[in-house]
Amino acid sequence: MITILTKNSPVLIPLLFLAFGLIIPLVAWKRNNWAWPAMMLASLTSVAIAVFNVFKVMEKGPVHYYMGNWMPPIGIEYVLDHLSAFVMLVINLIAFLVLMHAKKIVPLELTRREPPYYAAISLLLCGLNGIVITGDLFNLYVFLEISSLSLYGLIASGEKKSPVAAFRYLIMGTIAASFYLLGVGFLYITTGSLNMADVKAILPSIAGQPTVLIALALMVLGMGIKMALFPLHGWLPDAYTYAPSTSSAIIAPTAAKVAAYVLLRVLFFVFGVSFVTKTVPITNVIMWLAAIGIIYGSIMAIAQKELKRMLAYSSVAQVGYIGLGIGLANPWGLIGAVLHVLNHAFMKACLFLVAGNFRFKLGHSNIFKLEDSIRKKMPWTMAAFTAAALSMVGLPPLAGFFSKWYLALGTIKSASTNWTSWIFLVVILVSSLLNAVYFFRVLEKVYMKPMGKKPKDVHESHEKHEKEETIEIKSNEVGASMLIPTLIMAIGLIVIGLLNAIIVKGIIAFIIPAGMK
Amino acid sequence: MLDFILGHYAYWFTFALLVIGLYAMMMKKNLVKKLIGMTIFQVSIIIFYISSSVKWGGTVPIIEPGDMEKVHHGMAGAVEAAKYINPLPHTLMLTAIVVGVATTGVAFALVISIYKRYKTLNETELLKRMKKEDDNDSD
Repeated sequence: MITILTKNSPVLIPLLFLAFGLIIPLVAWKRNNWAWPAMMLASLTSVAIAVFNVFKVMEKGPVHYYMGNWMPPIGIEYVLDHLSAFVMLVINLIAFLVLMHAKKIVPLELTRREPPYYAAISLLLCGLNGIVITGDLFNLYVFLEISSLSLYGLIASGEKKSPVAAFRYLIMGTIAASFYLLGVGFLYITTGSLNMADVKAILPSIAGQPTVLIALALMVLGMGIKMALFPLHGWLPDAYTYAPSTSSAIIAPTAAKVAAYVLLRVLFFVFGVSFVTKTVPITNVIMWLAAIGIIYGSIMAIAQKELKRMLAYSSVAQVGYIGLGIGLANPWGLIGAVLHVLNHAFMKACLFLVAGNFRFKLGHSNIFKLEDSIRKKMPWTMAAFTAAALSMVGLPPLAGFFSKWYLALGTIKSASTNWTSWIFLVVILVSSLLNAVYFFRVLEKVYMKPMGKKPKDVHESHEKHEKEETIEIKSNEVGASMLIPTLIMAIGLIVIGLLNAIIVKGIIAFIIPAGMK
Repeated sequence: MLDFILGHYAYWFTFALLVIGLYAMMMKKNLVKKLIGMTIFQVSIIIFYISSSVKWGGTVPIIEPGDMEKVHHGMAGAVEAAKYINPLPHTLMLTAIVVGVATTGVAFALVISIYKRYKTLNETELLKRMKKEDDNDSD
């Protein structure tokens, strides 16, 4: 039994979530409150399998799993290498923590019963894990659509405006997936194969053909929409803002990152490094768009009143960092990009959970309505927010600093051959300042006003004043089930920051594709 | 040049369908019209895959008895590929059709939900009202 499980561990996670997508509505048919424990069970198991997979890969190197024992290129191959094992662990860990937080807030924000909601989350995770693990281009499309369809449902189950946001995302998402499918079609026509490794082996002999170029352009365009690369980000702010708190906390750290992962896979592991950097320098285009996106997202974030919308625009900027790392196409840049997938997942999930805590206790997450009293009312939530905000800005012991550091190293390395790369270094530095502006705006509102002091000319009865203060100090923190995941994420940021050398040397260093210098 | 255009005429029709679908999705204001555009767009991709596997004079990919004997005599690869139509694009498109139906289903559910809440399906009007609600919220 155990050997069967360990042998099949690469496919277990997608299958597990697929099964639970069906099991959850059944067990919770009559009893709504059974849905959450069932979902937690699935999520906890997936984290265990993901950890097992990571150790398996670190010990034995990449594992190739042949679905139904059909050999590739005919059969569908699942590839568990350092990159996919790492991204899977990030997805499942974040999903587990967010789901832990979901118990109280989901019934509050949802207008209908919750079992279908958890079933949709389960299907979303099935799709995302499937995208990461598969080694087959068409299989990837199927998983992409599974995850997208559940995403639309998760976004639409929020407040009044959410279905409109979901519909607009559906239109854009369908265009993205269809472009990807069209690209796969062109690749299939020219190479006659759908297996990523096989296509990579065939491509060098026919790389100059226009169909290959069209395939590359279409696939990059499709994934650019999905990951919200700068001019294609239009769907993102509304979708993240109007979705229920749990949805945005689970979508923002995982879904867009997985699209970035697909972009990385397609560029470097299907088309190959020298093709995308020298023959058709599409990485340059990605790099420039990402740089514009970083600045644009940060500036738009400064202008927002609503915390969740601010975080959404900040996501546009942060995805830009990942795009920049991919576009640099050198080892430092790629390490920065992959490390940023982990860091940003923790930071953004933590921030969205904090926004959820605000909505749970205060009923809103409007920055201008936040009062200074919440630093006493919700001290732990605010502490987590501060940690995540400082990490976003990039203060050294926290995780956010290190991915930016690797990206900066990447730009410097790239600048030795091409002076325009200095511009990207400037972009990284300036965007850190802009990050500081939009996060300190919130921190200043909450922390910088002396507590309970009224203007000096109001010298009314001192006793009454004292009384008011004691009322204000009364703690109004969220319950443990919501507080613990938020704090774990905040502490996780420090831990990742301190352990970054181990993470990079132990696993990320192995992902550098062949031919990248 | 003329050969290039005439020789690929099936692809030009597919391309025209694709552009029509894309135009409707991006430019039409009515949400249902957008969905019609989406369906046209998806169908164009299905036709693209199917037309890529067309072979004049080809037949269904069930190996003929004569060919099978050659395989039995150890001449693997003796099956004449030119005789048979490649079945893989067709099977891929079966999946894509299912995905398309599911997407349309979800989209219609969203449209119903939007109509129940706003009593309109005009995108400009919807965005205007959403903006107004946002402003009311922040005051």
